[in-house]
Amino acid sequence: MIMRLAISFVSAALVLAALAAQPAIAADTPNPVADAKAFQKFFTNKFPQLKPEDFANGPYSMNEDLHRQWEEKEQFPPYEFALETGKQMFATPFKNGKTYGDCFPNQGIGIRQDYPYFDEREGKVITLELALNRCREANGELPFSYVKDEMASLTAYMAFTSRGKPFDIKIPDDPRALEAYQKGKEYFYTRRGQLNFSCATCHVQEPGERIRAEILAPALGILNAMPIYRSEWSGMGTISRRFTTCNSQIRGVPLSPQDEEYRDLEYYLSYVSNGLPISGPGARP
Amino acid sequence: MTSTIRVRATSNGDITEVQALVQHPMDSGFVKDAKGEIIPPHFIQQLTFEYDGKAVFVADWGAAVSKDPYVKFSFKGAKKGDDLKIGWVDNKGATDTTTAKIQ
Repeated sequence: MIMRLAISFVSAALVLAALAAQPAIAADTPNPVADAKAFQKFFTNKFPQLKPEDFANGPYSMNEDLHRQWEEKEQFPPYEFALETGKQMFATPFKNGKTYGDCFPNQGIGIRQDYPYFDEREGKVITLELALNRCREANGELPFSYVKDEMASLTAYMAFTSRGKPFDIKIPDDPRALEAYQKGKEYFYTRRGQLNFSCATCHVQEPGERIRAEILAPALGILNAMPIYRSEWSGMGTISRRFTTCNSQIRGVPLSPQDEEYRDLEYYLSYVSNGLPISGPGARP
Repeated sequence: MTSTIRVRATSNGDITEVQALVQHPMDSGFVKDAKGEIIPPHFIQQLTFEYDGKAVFVADWGAAVSKDPYVKFSFKGAKKGDDLKIGWVDNKGATDTTTAKIQ
């Protein structure tokens, strides 16, 4: 009896000592820098044969056959028409004489890697798609649909001019920015829909595996290739389209494009891919 | 209006390899739009590649070919710098043609 008491006392003391040794930061305080490092390490450990920039090419880096098909396809990429349309739209002035370029730093060329960013004045995440529609509205034009066609052409052109530039998402010293990041992270790991899938279920746990006939892309670098021409869609789709269709595919109810939660998700997902090059526009099966 | 046809023709001595991408909706006539109304059939019926006045590749297409179709083939007897003429006709009578230099 005494012996047992002594043992439990010792183990209690050990637990206390372990608790005291914990660092001062509580486990639930968001730490984006550590998150991004751990996130990237997870993928590089899982796929040790890949170079970091390979992740921006999604499923093509996971399967040899697919890679060969893709190399051939890239000689004559299916997003070429959208790219050309986007370039023309970008150069064509609005009715008031201004252009898209006037709404963006560096006339909108080579800036894809800086989006989404946290606007401290408004206290929210601004994505490239949102910024484009705001630019239209500020110049007296009607906004475009967020999911495809014109919007995808514009983002295709903007991504193309930024190819090779590493994602450079910043989290300013503002508790609201950290909150948006944390909300995006929570969205990413929360299960939903009838199939009870989270984003991570497919894109963290199973990249490189098949879901029916498709090969799943890794979450790391998944936004670097956006917008994409999907053969399944017979057309271009934006990040908004990818998020909403993902939600439908897991038999959930998608949010409206550019909903706050989607923008926070894009913020989180882009941040953890910091350092990986923009490869968009992309083509996916 | 820019051309609906993109072509790349490269010669490696004897054989000329041709790749082409055509922008076209290729509606089959079996699909409904968001309002539940049938989208009328609208597809390319014939695609022709001509070299030196002779057809080197003719495709008779129908509703089963997918949107923005892609074609790849090769033929013998052409030289670098020669012209390759490409044209299509769809079921509504619309056409487009373009000429590419063999590289």
